Amino acid sequence: MEALMNWLEAQLADNSIFTLQTLGYYGEGLVTTVQLVFLSLIIGLVLAVPLAIGRGSRHAWLRLPIFFYCYVFRGTPLLVQLYLIYYGVVFVEGIQDTWLWLILEKPFVPALIAFTLNTAAYTTEIFRGAIKSTPRGEIEAARAYGMSWGLMMRRIVLPSAFRRALPAYGNEVIFMLHASAIASVVTIMDLTGAARFVYARFYAPFDAFLFVAAIYLCLTFAIIYFFRHLEKRLLAHLKPASG
Amino acid sequence: MIDLHGYGPRLFEGALITIELAVLSLILAILLGLATASAKMSRHWWLHRLGTLYTTIIRGVPDLVLMMLLFFGGQIGINMFTDWLYYQFDVDIFINVNEFVAGVVTIGLIFGAYMGETFRGAFLAVDSGQIEAGRAYGMSHWLVFRRIRFPQMMRHALPGLSNNWMVLLKTTALVSVIGLSDMVRVASEASKATREPFTFMIIVAAIYLLIASVSEWGFARLQKRYDIGYGEAN
Amino acid sequence: MKFQKILSIGVLGTAMIAGGANAEVRDIRIGVDVPYEPMEYRTPDGELTGFDIELGNALCAEIGIQCEWVVQGWDGIIPGLQARKYDAIMSSMTINEQRREQVLFSDPYITPPSAWFAPMDAEIGTPSDETLEGLTIGVQRGTLQDNYVTDMYGDVAEVNRYATADDMVLDMDSGRLDAVFLDFPIGKSTLLESEAGEYKVVGEKITEPVEYFGEGFGIAFRQRDQELAAAFNEALATLKENGTYDEIYAEYFGD
Repeated sequence: MEALMNWLEAQLADNSIFTLQTLGYYGEGLVTTVQLVFLSLIIGLVLAVPLAIGRGSRHAWLRLPIFFYCYVFRGTPLLVQLYLIYYGVVFVEGIQDTWLWLILEKPFVPALIAFTLNTAAYTTEIFRGAIKSTPRGEIEAARAYGMSWGLMMRRIVLPSAFRRALPAYGNEVIFMLHASAIASVVTIMDLTGAARFVYARFYAPFDAFLFVAAIYLCLTFAIIYFFRHLEKRLLAHLKPASG
Repeated sequence: MIDLHGYGPRLFEGALITIELAVLSLILAILLGLATASAKMSRHWWLHRLGTLYTTIIRGVPDLVLMMLLFFGGQIGINMFTDWLYYQFDVDIFINVNEFVAGVVTIGLIFGAYMGETFRGAFLAVDSGQIEAGRAYGMSHWLVFRRIRFPQMMRHALPGLSNNWMVLLKTTALVSVIGLSDMVRVASEASKATREPFTFMIIVAAIYLLIASVSEWGFARLQKRYDIGYGEAN
Repeated sequence: MKFQKILSIGVLGTAMIAGGANAEVRDIRIGVDVPYEPMEYRTPDGELTGFDIELGNALCAEIGIQCEWVVQGWDGIIPGLQARKYDAIMSSMTINEQRREQVLFSDPYITPPSAWFAPMDAEIGTPSDETLEGLTIGVQRGTLQDNYVTDMYGDVAEVNRYATADDMVLDMDSGRLDAVFLDFPIGKSTLLESEAGEYKVVGEKITEPVEYFGEGFGIAFRQRDQELAAAFNEALATLKENGTYDEIYAEYFGD
């Protein structure tokens, strides 16, 4: 390990920008970005499934609030949502004295909340579209088997909706990765935060931002590759028979 | 009535800047999108490659990073050029990359890539029999484009176009980070000075929703126009 | 046709020579980053004011030129100068070696120290590795305070970097920051004299080492605009002599 560090140091010796210190910032930034995006996507996904089912409900009291939530979060910039949550929580009376403040004090959790609510709204719409396009025959078949509503959802509707939603969801994942760049405006040292630090310190915009752009590009490719692979496996039965 | 602490007029100006920025970048994006779609459908392999490279890079890098690269880096790049002019030829021109121009160019560049995909799909959806029919009538390439391909392509492109516009509108908020006084910037300055983030941010959110709703209505009307001659069923 | 071309080149040439002749006393544009109270800030209706603005206007009047202020975020302020977006920067910019490689500085026009600020009830001793350990410290991104804190305490404390001083004050108010490191006059006006909360200065005011804290605030010009810098230096000396400088100083920092 030490030998590796020495080697790296020697390689970096003749450049003043990419030192071990700044590479360390980029490294930590990468970890933060991945954590933030991954966590918000997972929680958003878990929230989106019941929301998507409720969004198609016959009951207006259930359907309308979800519609309104999706409309607002999809119709306004994530940056505005982030500002509202990050600076807004501060003005909740007496919040500094509760345990909640312990987690809301750091910028990570407010950003995570904003990102999660945002992606959950988009994912809800994606799933709703997929659920709506379930072939009627599948539902009729399930009914004919005497399946209850819950069983039908679990066994028939959701699994096939997930598959149909996969390509659109892949795009949402990439969007979320790119959207996460604004975390740096609330002082989070994510990848973009690291690049802004390096830029401001060395007045070297090309080095700072091209380097980080390359990292994002690699991450994007990894996501695309992952979803292609997943689609190939899960959607194999939908492919036209080769011949 | 809501107390805006005297920030009302600046907020209004900010909203105008947001709209101007969005409309100008949309125009740039449509032009770039048409060019990209043509490049990708071109017979020349290098044009095709260029189009693919452009869309891949743009769609792989966050908007904010591209914006900063263009705004901070673009200025230095242009400096190098004008400094060279100055030292070589004693020509002292100054090219101003202000936040507004950087914003329009970046957003236009980003959405040009998305528009390219939309237009390409839409052009391919136009029935080739109609194009051949146009040719058979002795129409020139340009006339076929204007009378047959473009109007029919628009019908297929409109849903994608409207979707891109909605995303573009929200992307304009990022210019506040590089210092342009759009409505998000004004609202964030105002909420820090007055310590009332809810008041200003919720107003801004409402304006975004209003613009989105109005444009949704506008696009629905356009779609109706381009759908003339097609059944309501699809 | 050919004659016309020659003529137009001739006209262009003359215009350029004429432009070159009075380059030193032309009207200029000055870049500034707001808000940074009391050095430069805006009234709610958008008008610029502050120590830099008033001193800058007085300097321009003394030289006998018109000056226009251009607002520019701190991140892009030096590239903006080099892009000829404006001809000078007067925005609480500390003179130091790193920046000297990029720009030409006037003589320092004010030399404020930096200082640590913390909430009144905070129990931080004299700032050091031990007392700052585990705390969250706010600085403005890309400032000398950022460089100093990052290098000295980046390993023991968490450093949050902000785009503007306003953002930082808001997070200090809400309790997200344990301490901030700022130019003393800015901290005095935005924290000590603000209505928002009760704050105090922790430890001594800091001006050393010079490699971080430089020699004071200077007006920055492009390297080649030496006549312009000389004109500002001369005007600054005059204002200091005739009392105008002291008047403006008293208005913003006077006790």
